[in-house]
Amino acid sequence: MLQIEDLHVSYGGIRALKGVSLRVGAKEIVSLLGSNGAGKSTTVRAISGLITTKSGTILFDGKTINGLAPHKIQRLGLVHIPEGRKVFANLTIRENLLMGAYYTREKTKLTKLFDQVYDMFPILVSKTQQFAGTLSGGEQQMLAIGRAIMSQPRLLMMDEPSLGLAPMIVADVFRIIEKIREEGVTIFLIEQNANLALKIADYAFLIENGTISLEGRGTELLKDPRVKQAYLGSVAE
Amino acid sequence: MDYSFALQQLVYGLTLGCLYGLLAIGYTMVYGVLRLINFAHGDLLMVSAYMAFFGIAIFGLPWPVSFIGSVLLTALLGILIDRGAYKPIRKSPRINALITAIGVSFLLENLGLVLIGGRPKSFPMPSLFSGSIVVGTINIPALSIWIFIITSVLLVLCVLVVKKTRIGIAMRALSRDMETVMLMGIDKDRVISFTFALGSSLAAAGGIMWCMKYPAVEPFMGVIPGLKAFVAAVLGGIGNITGAALGGLILGLAEVLIVAVEPDWSGYRDAIAFFLMIIILLTRPTGILGERLPD
Repeated sequence: MLQIEDLHVSYGGIRALKGVSLRVGAKEIVSLLGSNGAGKSTTVRAISGLITTKSGTILFDGKTINGLAPHKIQRLGLVHIPEGRKVFANLTIRENLLMGAYYTREKTKLTKLFDQVYDMFPILVSKTQQFAGTLSGGEQQMLAIGRAIMSQPRLLMMDEPSLGLAPMIVADVFRIIEKIREEGVTIFLIEQNANLALKIADYAFLIENGTISLEGRGTELLKDPRVKQAYLGSVAE
Repeated sequence: MDYSFALQQLVYGLTLGCLYGLLAIGYTMVYGVLRLINFAHGDLLMVSAYMAFFGIAIFGLPWPVSFIGSVLLTALLGILIDRGAYKPIRKSPRINALITAIGVSFLLENLGLVLIGGRPKSFPMPSLFSGSIVVGTINIPALSIWIFIITSVLLVLCVLVVKKTRIGIAMRALSRDMETVMLMGIDKDRVISFTFALGSSLAAAGGIMWCMKYPAVEPFMGVIPGLKAFVAAVLGGIGNITGAALGGLILGLAEVLIVAVEPDWSGYRDAIAFFLMIIILLTRPTGILGERLPD
């Protein structure tokens, strides 16, 4: 569904990505792991068009999308939940969700989307008129996911959804990710929390210093000594 | 100072305040979305006045056609200024855009001077707006009533657009986080164009009413009202639409009332605005209704 070949990205003089190649198959959960500064966020930001690529190709459904404006890429069904959630703090919950469905004009379709999101996140229902800035971190993450669902994604890219959340909330978020996949949405998950990200993933890539250093099935990588040592610590279950 | 004199001055102050307010809304909206003080905004008042003037005086259009045409064309000019001057440098440091804005302002003024000439033209006032109503001892010009009504309607419409419509919500979202707005699939340039169009059409409405009140149309007529409206926007809390209208009213009233109380100070009339701005920046930099931004 999504295929990246030999992607290079530079900021100023710094080469952030030095030939990243990866693929995400339809209806899979694929994780991209790596430490801070390895190039995880750069990869997703390049895919969604927020930063320009130097060379390489990004194919979505077989069509090249590099160089397209971010809003055009989003409208192909490739939806990106940014790192740090980025809910619009000065907008209400309902307005935030509406922004996700900006171009959905039909009333019935819109109502259906709202119902779907409120079903998935009952916690948001009683707060629809509250400003998103008043929500807790976990609730903001739910809202960010809900807002992305409003866009009817075919492929959902999530940049560190567990960042800064309590372990219990993180478990909730991961349950929701699985639920979204069951509804037929492909997931591309960027995580530092290697343990969770590998358990949930069908396939995973490890990025180090701007290149993919390891890839394999999630369960295989979980047992890989290199992953264990670098990302799970020696006490991995 | 007797009672009726005070009321009379209040009418004049409110009228002037409405005009400042209309102009200030455009400043505040563009600032809210782009963090840019669009110094060319005041000159749109001049452009709209000329267009309304030419529509009536040269093309012989009926005044409503001419006025509405002027508002629409000014909105278009607002969009063109953004696309031509500000969009190419959207990613540059903010100071570049500010200097560009000053450049656009000078360009419009001097283009007017070269193409049309500096001699003030007297604006033909439609009879609907002339005359006045006498209430007790106060004389209320019909124009003042119209200015008050039109400003109120436009303000309410503008607030409704920003609060209730999708594009209005997107404007508010854009004012906080441009990147995430793009990730919503929203074409940010369309939202920005809409903001310029809305602000510019309000400036045009203000400009046409301005030159009915002060019927001399000349290329630099927008400079001082533009600066005053900028002060009004800061006074009310830049980025806040209701604040801009409120700032305009306060400024208009202050100017008129201070000169009414102390006629010797009439020479300092223009200084009042800037004095107020210094006070507000020293004591409450976010303005009367401005909210503290997290960053």
